[in-house]
Amino acid sequence: MSFLFRRLGFYLLAFWASITLNFLLPRLMPGDPVTRMLSRSQQRLEPQQVDALRTMMGVDGGPLIPEYFSYLGRILTGDFGMSISRFPTPVSEVIASQLPWTLLLGITSLVIAVILGNLLGILAAWRRGGFLDSVAPPLLVFIGSFPYFWLAMGALYIFGINMGVAPMRHAFSVGLVPGFNLEFILDVAAHLFLPALTIVLVSLGGWMLGMRNTMIATNSEDYILMAEAKGLRPHRIMLNYAARNAMLPSVTSMGMSIGFIVGGALLTEVVFAYPGVGYQLLAAVQGLDYPLMQGMFLTITAAVLIANFLVDLVYVRLDPRVRKG
Amino acid sequence: MSVPVLEVQDLTVEYVSDERAVRGADRVSFTIHPGEIFGLAGESGCGKSTIANSIMRLLKDPARISNGKVLFDGTDVLGMDEAALRAWRWNNVAMVFQSAMNSLNPVTRIGEQFIDVIRTHRGGTRAAALHRAHELLKMVRIDPVRLRAYPHQLSGGQRQRIVIAMACALNPRLLILDEPTTALDVVVQQEILEQIRELQKELGFAILFITHDMSLMLELSDRIGIMYGGRIVELAPATTLRHGSRHPYTQALLGAFPPLHGPRVKLTGLAEGTKFTNIQDLEDTGEGHWVAPSDQPVLSQGELL
Amino acid sequence: MSQITTDPLTLTPEDPAAESATDRARLGATRLLRTLLRNGKAVAGLSIIVVFIALALLAPVFFPGDPARITSAGAAAPSLEHWLGTTTKGQDVLGLTLWGARSSLFVGFAAGILSTVIGVLIGLSGAYFGRGLDEALSLVTNVFLLVPGLPLLVILAAFMPPGLGTVIVVLVITGWAGSARVMRSQAMSIRGKDYVAAAQVSGERPLRIMVREILPNMASVVMTTLLGCIIGSIGAQAGLEFLGLGDVNTLSWGTNLFWATSDGSLMLGQWWIFVPSGLAIALVAFALALCNYAVDEITNPRLRRPKHATKSTAATTVARKEEK
Ligand SMILES: Nc1ncnc2c1ncn2[C@@H]1O[C@H](COP(=O)(O)OP(=O)(O)OP(=O)(O)O)[C@@H](O)[C@H]1O
Ligand SMILES: [Mg+2]
Repeated sequence: MSFLFRRLGFYLLAFWASITLNFLLPRLMPGDPVTRMLSRSQQRLEPQQVDALRTMMGVDGGPLIPEYFSYLGRILTGDFGMSISRFPTPVSEVIASQLPWTLLLGITSLVIAVILGNLLGILAAWRRGGFLDSVAPPLLVFIGSFPYFWLAMGALYIFGINMGVAPMRHAFSVGLVPGFNLEFILDVAAHLFLPALTIVLVSLGGWMLGMRNTMIATNSEDYILMAEAKGLRPHRIMLNYAARNAMLPSVTSMGMSIGFIVGGALLTEVVFAYPGVGYQLLAAVQGLDYPLMQGMFLTITAAVLIANFLVDLVYVRLDPRVRKG
Repeated sequence: MSVPVLEVQDLTVEYVSDERAVRGADRVSFTIHPGEIFGLAGESGCGKSTIANSIMRLLKDPARISNGKVLFDGTDVLGMDEAALRAWRWNNVAMVFQSAMNSLNPVTRIGEQFIDVIRTHRGGTRAAALHRAHELLKMVRIDPVRLRAYPHQLSGGQRQRIVIAMACALNPRLLILDEPTTALDVVVQQEILEQIRELQKELGFAILFITHDMSLMLELSDRIGIMYGGRIVELAPATTLRHGSRHPYTQALLGAFPPLHGPRVKLTGLAEGTKFTNIQDLEDTGEGHWVAPSDQPVLSQGELL
Repeated sequence: MSQITTDPLTLTPEDPAAESATDRARLGATRLLRTLLRNGKAVAGLSIIVVFIALALLAPVFFPGDPARITSAGAAAPSLEHWLGTTTKGQDVLGLTLWGARSSLFVGFAAGILSTVIGVLIGLSGAYFGRGLDEALSLVTNVFLLVPGLPLLVILAAFMPPGLGTVIVVLVITGWAGSARVMRSQAMSIRGKDYVAAAQVSGERPLRIMVREILPNMASVVMTTLLGCIIGSIGAQAGLEFLGLGDVNTLSWGTNLFWATSDGSLMLGQWWIFVPSGLAIALVAFALALCNYAVDEITNPRLRRPKHATKSTAATTVARKEEK
């Protein structure tokens, strides 16, 4: 299990580095972020709220080390300060109400893209020069070349505005009471469909090509040849021998792609007004809502790190070679 | 003589690329009789693995068999369709690859890999297949608990023996061993060859044994074919070849390896830059000794030191 | 199987000792270029890029003056006068798109090249010096790889003074790690080669060995990484500007899209305002991806598509010419 402990330590380190960056950034950059922020916002803040912001951004120029430790303490207890664009809601509350939707969108599209992309890659590599191997890669690479948010705009324009078949905004219909019933779930699925589809479409090509290329490399391994010599059935060789091994690098790269997909999800949310973390991003940027941006950065980083750890758990199940130290 | 297990006639294998075709094997013919150990020797790149793999039709895309016949028990292997080929492979001919150490699937347990091949060909329950795997592992003197191990948990020699055990799983009539011991140290090499000999006595399969190590070859084989540049240049019983080789290349090859037993001899080699081109078909010189005519001088060999 | 896959691009000549490092480098680079120009995908990709660069350079010729000036009534659909219509404010969309190419391509290429250079430096020195330095550099690289790019881009860009320079710096900060990782693993494998050992024994300086012996042999990997970095930078820049974090006063494809959304042209169904810039981004990224694809195929012949469809477990083809 030392593999998992090592990874865990590494994730903690990465998270610590993100917090530190967050702490240092407003202190290292020129100018006074609090004044800039307040001049942008139409909110009327109480003097002690302004003081709290100044401390948080280090405008007071207090001693760095003690400030750093109290900052660490605040972050670890989930205190990211007040959101300016949604004043006076605390940042942690804003994020807590939106994170589930981002997770739903991100996880759904990631899982679909990974499974579909890998399957397509396996099949393309298995029948080299066949239809799938010739047509799908260039097509998917082309689709993958569009920015996430632009494809989202296109989808919204065609299906939402022109044809009127897709919901235009939000995660469920106005007036529907959230609850665990079929009506609500179907409604959520309908709202999820287009955002998830755009993310899947953009990321599918990468998964497919990656899997195809590893499968092609794996196909010339000696154990594949031996499996053929053993007279095993082709689909068995393909799944149990070739794909089972080619999957490993794919799982490893999944960790890195999570961050990418999250980025895509945030931008897609902006276009679809999907009430995830990204939905607030545009408002946060326009209102120079530094606390919210920083809180978002840390929360999303934490989510990505946790997702990576889950991927490691899966990896350990799949590759016997890392199981013991 | 009995009906041969394997009959290879004029087998020609080409690797075709855009610009040119390389002949991996060129009009190669030989036969292997039941229970016989037939050796194929020659320098690296002369086409030994090409022959071995094309007998089982395992070669991939740039390679193609452009001429010749492979008959197994009189059946035409080159004419088999996919299903027939699958049923024939491993059931009748099993193979230990040159890189046997890497020929086990790294992510599944050894036991699974035995079960896989046994159940594909013989059906039956997992338990029965596992039982058979137990027996096989005992035959190559590996503790059957190792069936639960993954390949990376075993040493190279152990992996090699497991592959050999796997090759015996279905009692094939012919075993192809493509340099089964090249990557191993001398002691393990000897152990494994000893085991192969025992297994062969017990199970009675014929062997196509491939190596470039002439001393091993002379020890183990009944008959030997010497390859050079994709062609067989000499083919004779091992005893004949040991002292009565005719082709200069064979003599050079024999001279380059000290015999494992017997008197010490001076090592001889081919003169610098010697190349054989345009090798002719074999000619019978009697008593099963076939030689390709050569205009190179015949070396004296085996001088006592 | 004991087959040696012969790599037509193995940048080492038959006898490494016979040729000097410079020869090898020149040989590698020219051979890569020559093979590239014979590859259909590469030619297609390069042509698209050349066309875009030419259009960007010629933008002042086609649309002299300030492209952002108002030339007609707002939101006119494409017509003979305005081929791609006009924006809500009444600016010519074609003009905006051509002028936008200038900063989009410049920032994309600049950030991509800088990221690759930093990646090469860090990857190579880690691989060459090994030990502590390598561990430290790998750790930093991996942390940067893990931290999600877009949120990091957002906070960096938000705190830094706005401008083109900031955009480039921020893109490099989030983009270098990927290339560093690829470079390191590639350099590691080359480091083990004989000619590097030979150079070390003969007492050459590390920098010289890295630049003259190792780097030339990574030509194709550097190339694919560079292309990947440029694609990534163009995409990330567009995302950043779309959020309004770029310099909203410079013209680029990303800011065009930003204005299209904030003016509500999407909701009003004015597709001609947001389609051209997005399509331009996609075409450039696709063209670069095509080149990447081509380099991959050239360096790894196995990836090349066979002439006939073949199942990977197919038995050896038998093509008997004789008899019958
Ligand atoms: N896939 C391939 N493409 C092109 N040529 C090949 C391929 N595989 C093998 N060859 C060529 O065919 C010839 C015979 O190769 P083969 O692997 O049969 O040699 P070998 O006798 O087994 O050598 P070794 O003792 O090194 O295993 C070699 O010259 C080799 O270059
Ligand atoms: Mg061989």
